[in-house]
Amino acid sequence: MSDKHIDKLSGVETTGHEWDGIRELNNPLPRWWLWTFYGCIVFALGYTVVFPAWPMLSSATTGLLGYSSRADLDADLAAAKLAQGDRLEAVASTPVADILKDDGLARFARAGGQSLYKVYCSQCHGTGATGSAGYPNLNDDEWVWGGTIEQIYATITHGARSPTDADTHYNVMPNFGADGILGAEDIDRVAKQVASFSGIEGGAASPEGQQLFADNCASCHGDGGGGLVDAGGPSLNDQIWLYGGTLEAIRAQINQPRHGVMPAWGARLGDTAVKQLAVYVHGLGGGQ
Amino acid sequence: MDILGKHGVIERNATLLLTLSLVVVCIGGIVEVAPLFYFQNTIEKVEGMRPYTPLELAGRDIYIREGCYTCHSQMIRPFRDETERYGHYSLAAESMYDHPFQWGSKRTGPDLARVGGRYSDEWHVEHLSNPQALVPESIMPKYGFLADTPLDTRNVAASLKANAAVGVPYGEDAVANAERDLVAQATPDADTSGLLERYSNVRTEDFDGNPKRITEMDALVAYLQMLGTLVDFSTYDAEANYR
Repeated sequence: MSDKHIDKLSGVETTGHEWDGIRELNNPLPRWWLWTFYGCIVFALGYTVVFPAWPMLSSATTGLLGYSSRADLDADLAAAKLAQGDRLEAVASTPVADILKDDGLARFARAGGQSLYKVYCSQCHGTGATGSAGYPNLNDDEWVWGGTIEQIYATITHGARSPTDADTHYNVMPNFGADGILGAEDIDRVAKQVASFSGIEGGAASPEGQQLFADNCASCHGDGGGGLVDAGGPSLNDQIWLYGGTLEAIRAQINQPRHGVMPAWGARLGDTAVKQLAVYVHGLGGGQ
Repeated sequence: MDILGKHGVIERNATLLLTLSLVVVCIGGIVEVAPLFYFQNTIEKVEGMRPYTPLELAGRDIYIREGCYTCHSQMIRPFRDETERYGHYSLAAESMYDHPFQWGSKRTGPDLARVGGRYSDEWHVEHLSNPQALVPESIMPKYGFLADTPLDTRNVAASLKANAAVGVPYGEDAVANAERDLVAQATPDADTSGLLERYSNVRTEDFDGNPKRITEMDALVAYLQMLGTLVDFSTYDAEANYR
């Protein structure tokens, strides 16, 4: 260290460091800055006492305030529940069909169902519930597993062909072509028969086709392709098709059918949420 | 000369400066990290957690290989907006067999910590092949090639062994049967008794819709379908685990 050195020009003391004759002025820090700095240190120490911080032998200090982000969340959720008042309770305790009879409650359930729908259902059924190939449209009045509020509620709760729910809707259409149940000619005939129900291009009714349909298809899809909700057989006599409404698509579906899977939401979301969803979906337009 | 004047010695000796800097940084690191290793409440006590099955582990490797973590986190934070969208907040216990964990801090896509069971296998295959077909506003790239790529199963046993070396409780039995367990999980009507004995709560099905072979799609979908489904929250004591 060199001796105390004062810069002649400014009259300020230097740090005593010198690089090739250049010296550094040692101006003191502004007092307000320095005291703010000391204040921060004191605040930080206090903070570690009030909030969880110091590592001890088996856990960290919990802090005088006993703060916990998880407890905070639970308080948040409790407050949200309180804000929804007894209406959430009412949804929970009212049978789903009776919710519709109470205008106010139905409006409440529908609003909740709409939020839930966007989060959990829109990825398959679309944000506007219009569905897409393989995922049913929920706005129309055709329902594979039934369109009453109870049936919709059951479908959401248990899903369809869900691997995690024993009570799920379940049916399997046979692999008519791939497993050799019907020959290529018969498949063609019955496909044309099915196409003829709704006037699809290339469709043609024939006595053989009718017989084949009655023998192989009618038990699930109903006589004349009207559909059977109990068997989960979609109707085949309208313009609503899950896997495409062309003769080609119908033939492919008979040959080696595709099957949709819907998760069971009851266990995941809870009964109250499923009820709200059912009310929302039922009100989209096709509810029976 | 006071003690503060001694810093001239340190400043003039580069090696000493470096060594002492390292000591200071180490103190910070030790104070922040080391306690988590001996704290008894770092990992919550839960029921249901198990190591990944060989197929899920292979799927996880593909998840990492394809860089899914650059857009998807696996960490539901304890906030209302997160738990109402994704489900129960993530627990440390749910990552205890992860090497490395996939928490992430950036979400271009949604969090995947509890994506398991949320969609059907078919949905996953379709969505990975062409995300925009199902979610038109999605900007996710297409991963359809996974369905055409047979899964490389040669290193499965070694992979389990490596995980066992860093503390994942795979028994000798699990390592020896790794390849068999992998095939059994993705093959319809296979003998899954050994697999189910070694791993609880396992979904066995043909994940990619192609029963003829086991593809990378099988592995990835098996992994995704398991995510966040293991812990039994009916037995989880939330208040005992307030942090």
